[in-house]
Amino acid sequence: MKNKKKRPVYFLSAIGKSGIITWILIILIWEIASKFNTPEFLPGPLATLKGLRELIDRGVLWDDVRISLQRVGIGWIRGIIIAVPAGLLIGRFKPIRFLFEPFINFFRFVPAIGFLTLFLMWFGVGEASKLMLITYASVFPIMINTIAAVSGIDPVKYQAAESLGASPLQSFFTVTVPGSVPGIFTGIRLGLSGAIISIVSAEMLAASEGIGYLIYTSRLYYRTDWIFTGIVVLGLFGFIADKVLRKIGNSAFKFYGIVNQ
Amino acid sequence: MLESKTTGKKIVIKGLNKQFEQEKKGLLFSKNINPDAVFADEPSGYVLRDVNLEIAEGEFHIFLGASGCGKSTLLNIIAGFLEATDGEVLLDGKKIKKPGSERGVVFQSAEAAVFPWLTVRKNVEYGLKMQGVNKKERRRIADECIELVGLKGHEKKHPSELSGGMKQRVQIARSIASNPEILIMDEPFGALDAQTRRNLQDELITIWKKTKKTILFVTHDLQEAVYLGQKISIFSAAPDAKIAMQIPVPYDYPRKLDDPDVSEFTRNVHKVLEEAINAHGAAVDKSA
Ligand SMILES: Nc1ncnc2c1ncn2[C@@H]1O[C@H](COP(=O)(O)OP(=O)(O)O)[C@@H](O)[C@H]1O
Ligand SMILES: [Mg+2]
Repeated sequence: MKNKKKRPVYFLSAIGKSGIITWILIILIWEIASKFNTPEFLPGPLATLKGLRELIDRGVLWDDVRISLQRVGIGWIRGIIIAVPAGLLIGRFKPIRFLFEPFINFFRFVPAIGFLTLFLMWFGVGEASKLMLITYASVFPIMINTIAAVSGIDPVKYQAAESLGASPLQSFFTVTVPGSVPGIFTGIRLGLSGAIISIVSAEMLAASEGIGYLIYTSRLYYRTDWIFTGIVVLGLFGFIADKVLRKIGNSAFKFYGIVNQ
Repeated sequence: MLESKTTGKKIVIKGLNKQFEQEKKGLLFSKNINPDAVFADEPSGYVLRDVNLEIAEGEFHIFLGASGCGKSTLLNIIAGFLEATDGEVLLDGKKIKKPGSERGVVFQSAEAAVFPWLTVRKNVEYGLKMQGVNKKERRRIADECIELVGLKGHEKKHPSELSGGMKQRVQIARSIASNPEILIMDEPFGALDAQTRRNLQDELITIWKKTKKTILFVTHDLQEAVYLGQKISIFSAAPDAKIAMQIPVPYDYPRKLDDPDVSEFTRNVHKVLEEAINAHGAAVDKSA
């Protein structure tokens, strides 16, 4: 009896939680808004879909997607490789922290795009400067979250480790590192969004492929629908990647007693 | 060094004083600090002043005192986490300078002290691993300790799957696994509900009987002190707290707190405790 009554409620709340309603609303508003504008100014969802179709048919979309994802992936992974160890050391050892903190607190407010022309000048117009830009964008969220995670470890854990015979080096690897894993993971997620965001800036100049390049150059041909396609593809990629990462995080770190919503 | 064999005492505390570095801002808002001392140029005054104490090997020793009198400070000095301002703590005649695995520590908050990323078994094996004990031996000792604290069957769980009492058991097993000579416990059952607390008290007595360890146990709970201790050291109130009196508890285990003799004894200890706290007159936080 009880179950019967509750089932539709569960069903409705499941729909609510899944975000489907939001999507339907957005698409609806988008479609309505596009009716009042020219397709050059604001193409609707259907026009965007057509544009997408066209890009697929021409065989350029997959190449653009692949090359952008590759850049994002490489830059992001480089960011992780730099920022996680750096963050762990900066978070754990005071002298290192005093040395680097002013530097971090300065540069984290300078967006990647601010370095665009400098990087082109320094590292040339090839892949190197693009990857550098994406790496730069993902380093700070990862590093800052790693430092915060290390600082958040209860000092009692270090006392416990020490009185159980752990050397400072042992307690770094058995307390600092595992103790900051959930925070590092949050940083890695934010680092990925930083990398995705910066792909457009990275491909803005001196690129001949990529989603950023697509978005940036479509304007020259008045193909606003392709710009939208690019935006949707980027957004979708970020959305899906973040969902996957969260899922992985939630199941891998369940025992930490923390669940990222 | 010469003294070590002649005293026959496990732990000797001599003329120990402790004052914290002056942190004016912090001190202004913490209790039991003489407000006049806060803005004086000299350090804030002594938390512990002239603590002298001898604890025999294998003794179940209780430190009883009001909140804020310096019990944790003393235990932290014995554990090696804090340095005494003057005086010394000798263990088998050797001065304690830093933490060591011969002194196992059970912290007040098991939540904070256990490693949530390790299973129960790995938590218990932790000290042995740090000390380089091989895998097979580690496993054997850990399982023995897990059984001793009544966690058999929970070896593969993570702390987040355990209740507060079980987490505290993990902590106890983790300390015991390294086979320390001394077990230092700072209000370990303070956060537990009455029933769990009673169970753990009984189990601690059993463990103590089995392992013959010297136990230093801090509590501000008179009942707990009388239920557990062979000897009770009573703190006077802060500042300048010292051991006001040592009272041996002349009853066998398990004790019955509602036994007329025992309750009479408890009342007497209570009187001593009150006197020790009030001896200072001013600057005493009675509500604690
Ligand atoms: N790190 C510290 N710095 C300054 N004062 C401290 C510090 N730790 C403890 N105290 C002070 O020392 C006194 C004794 O504290 P504590 O040993 O924790 O008491 P208890 O464990 O008996 O409740 C308190 O007044 C407390 O404010
Ligand atoms: Mg305390």
